[in-house]
Amino acid sequence: MRVLMFGWEFPPHITGGLGTACFGLTKGLARQGTEILFVVPRAYGDENQEAVRLINASDMEIDTSDAEYKDYWKRVTFLQIGSNLVPYVAPEEFSDLVAQEALEKEKETRTAFSRRFVFSGRYGDDLFEEVSRFALVASVIAAQQHFDIIHAHDWLTYPAGIAAKAVSGKPLVVHMHATEFDRSGEHVNQNIYDIERHGMEVADRVITVSNLTRNLVIERYSIDPKKVFTVHNAVEPDEKERVPAGDRAFSEKVVTFLGRLTYQKGPEYFVEAARKVLEKDNNVRFVMAGTGDMMSKMIRRVAALRIATKFHFTGFLQGPEVDMMFGMTDVFVMPSVSEPFGLVPLEAIRSNVPVVISKQSGVAEVLKHALKVDFWDVDALADSIYGLLHYEALPRMFRKYGKEEVNNLKWEDAACKVKAIYEATVA
Amino acid sequence: MRSLCFYFQVHQPVRLRTYRFFDIGRDHYYYDDYLNRSIIKRVAGKCYLPANKVLLSLIKEYGSAFKVSYSISGPAMEQFETVAPEVLESFQKLAATGSVEFLTETYAHSLASLKSKEEFSEQVALHSRAIENLFGQKPTTFRNTELIYSDEIGQTVSEMGYDMMLTEGARHILGWKSPNYLYCSARTPRLKLLLRNFRLSDDISFRFSLQSWSEWPLTATKFAKWLNNIPDHEEVVNIFIDYETFGEHQWKETGIFDFLKDLPKKIFARTAFTFNTPSELSEKLQPVAAIHVPSPISWADEERDLTAWLGNELQEAAFNSLYAVEERVKRTGDPALIRDWHYLQSSDHFYYMCTKWFSDGEVHKYFNPYPSPYESFINYMNVISDFIIRVDQQLGHPHIKTEEPGPKKTVKKTTVITTKKPAAKTAKKTRAKTTQKATVKPTRRKS
Repeated sequence: MRVLMFGWEFPPHITGGLGTACFGLTKGLARQGTEILFVVPRAYGDENQEAVRLINASDMEIDTSDAEYKDYWKRVTFLQIGSNLVPYVAPEEFSDLVAQEALEKEKETRTAFSRRFVFSGRYGDDLFEEVSRFALVASVIAAQQHFDIIHAHDWLTYPAGIAAKAVSGKPLVVHMHATEFDRSGEHVNQNIYDIERHGMEVADRVITVSNLTRNLVIERYSIDPKKVFTVHNAVEPDEKERVPAGDRAFSEKVVTFLGRLTYQKGPEYFVEAARKVLEKDNNVRFVMAGTGDMMSKMIRRVAALRIATKFHFTGFLQGPEVDMMFGMTDVFVMPSVSEPFGLVPLEAIRSNVPVVISKQSGVAEVLKHALKVDFWDVDALADSIYGLLHYEALPRMFRKYGKEEVNNLKWEDAACKVKAIYEATVA
Repeated sequence: MRSLCFYFQVHQPVRLRTYRFFDIGRDHYYYDDYLNRSIIKRVAGKCYLPANKVLLSLIKEYGSAFKVSYSISGPAMEQFETVAPEVLESFQKLAATGSVEFLTETYAHSLASLKSKEEFSEQVALHSRAIENLFGQKPTTFRNTELIYSDEIGQTVSEMGYDMMLTEGARHILGWKSPNYLYCSARTPRLKLLLRNFRLSDDISFRFSLQSWSEWPLTATKFAKWLNNIPDHEEVVNIFIDYETFGEHQWKETGIFDFLKDLPKKIFARTAFTFNTPSELSEKLQPVAAIHVPSPISWADEERDLTAWLGNELQEAAFNSLYAVEERVKRTGDPALIRDWHYLQSSDHFYYMCTKWFSDGEVHKYFNPYPSPYESFINYMNVISDFIIRVDQQLGHPHIKTEEPGPKKTVKKTTVITTKKPAAKTAKKTRAKTTQKATVKPTRRKS
């Protein structure tokens, strides 16, 4: 089995969980004898290629003089599916432009002409443009490579997946790591929603990272439940040195929130719960790590509640800082309003930190040794935090069983399920 | 005549309300009155009243040939008294027939036998008095919560003056021996033991309505046939089950009441069995052997041990916190505190904290009003924290944690109606899962 896989990022160049998940999954698949051609918009050369052959889309030469190519060129009309991507960059304009340019040049000269597209690979203003160009390149790659199935991760690569499917006729699997509803709440970007929906409609199979996401895909995108399958995310085997706990300059216990400060992560519920706990127990400090559009609102709220001496903002934390933070944390809280999966609690557990997570997270489906509350139930959230801080048997129990539970969430098992989905799709 | 001994367990705990940590030191009312009231009312209507009616008419029909025995826990009796007095009256009518024996147990349906001999004895005495007051008979047979028994517990029970006790016919204790005899305690041979025949008991309580069971449907005729299959020299078959089996765990629609109505007739017509109560058996039979039980057994789960209540750190921690204040609670002599102390001892609270069925089976889930053992632990510990504060305050040691302003209060006796928890669970709970797992898994009906 050979898989043509489209991703947006790959370790070490990652901006979020997507790259990490792709890496874990491809490694798991490779271990089971699956060959993977992984296409990213831009490769830096230092990516971890132990599991996959990485293809840099920026390096792809599109030889427009090739007779065959003209045929593909016709077949990339699917690019028009993004024709309503108006407000940002109007990618259809872009593709028309490119097409025109290419055709004009073709008229101009009969000699071989090569062109390279350079991708930034980052989320930016010209995102839609890049998404469309990525699709264009994908069709070329699809024509050059041999593979049995196409697998596209998240909406950014869906047009690429669709293009590859159109060119090759091979089945397409799209992987929903997050939906537009998870990113933007009810104020969805219609263009992105349309790309997601179209991608799932065209796809032969849809993989979701949790049942939560599966239900969302079925209900909000009207996707046929029969082709939607849940494959829970997993974690890499733990080789990291953990910062020993308890190294702190103060006596209070520490309760931590770590994530983007956006509506979807529910930071305000954390603040309200902090107030309730502090009313009862002054021997606690709360830490909000991360940045986001809700940061200033949170700071104002903390000031208004007069708990600022016990409530701290760290800004964005990276790598070793995150480990240090976990090292001094007694309770980790993830009160997400909507979280397709949620890897951070698993990291916390592996650092021996007990967690409180919202029931509205995919990770709640796979964790037993965690406290689960509705994100809006601030009383229950505060009570869970208090319970973990005060009733020693509880964190002891979590520490005893949590790590084992998390380490049992293996990418290999997830890959097994994905492989079974491939086989059923190809058959 | 060989004997058939029917014993029914009647228990309803006083369930806790959602008690948040910010209630600690402020609100001293711990119970979910709405939930408790609705469960009692429902189970009364579905089980206690109709089952009592059937049994009363059977006793009238067969006279002294048909006999049964009961144990009703303290919290159940109290709740009947306040919520469903007609249930209590119907039990009193049964008591008046003279064909019904009431056994004694720990008042609170507690696990005190495992922790405090003093509390254990006190609760048994309290329960015995309550039975005598309500039903006019002084119990002579003892049964411990969840049929928990060990040599040591047996000795304590014997010292309390009881000469008959009920427990589980656990396979790992009996080995090749049959449960269908009267035994005695190895350490205190004066104490006779009746052992539950778990197969026949579970056939009724768990498998009665199980359509995938090869023996379904179970009829009185079939049951009589099975009794006849028991070797002639075996003397007594002990059917010990939750009373809620009738109408609550097994719905009326399954035919459980018809089975019950039909049973004596078929047994008298087709077998050489008669019905006896434990105290009659104590007179009638001689123990055939002594039973050694070095570590406690119960009627719960495959393991027949204590792990359903005291199998993890949470349960141990909660249990230890509870009994750590025993001496202080008693020193207060405060009836309100002692009442709460009793309610908090009900084994159910610990059962909800059990984590061992994370991996196996949904059998237990249904009986747990909490979404997870962790929630139940936190809730219980919040309540215990408040309880300890009250005890210390009463003894004049103001607790460190009660610095918040707020009125000092006494126990709220008024009814607090909360609608937080749906009436998730109903009646009692733990029962032995069968050993014949593959074909006949015990199930409980949702109602």
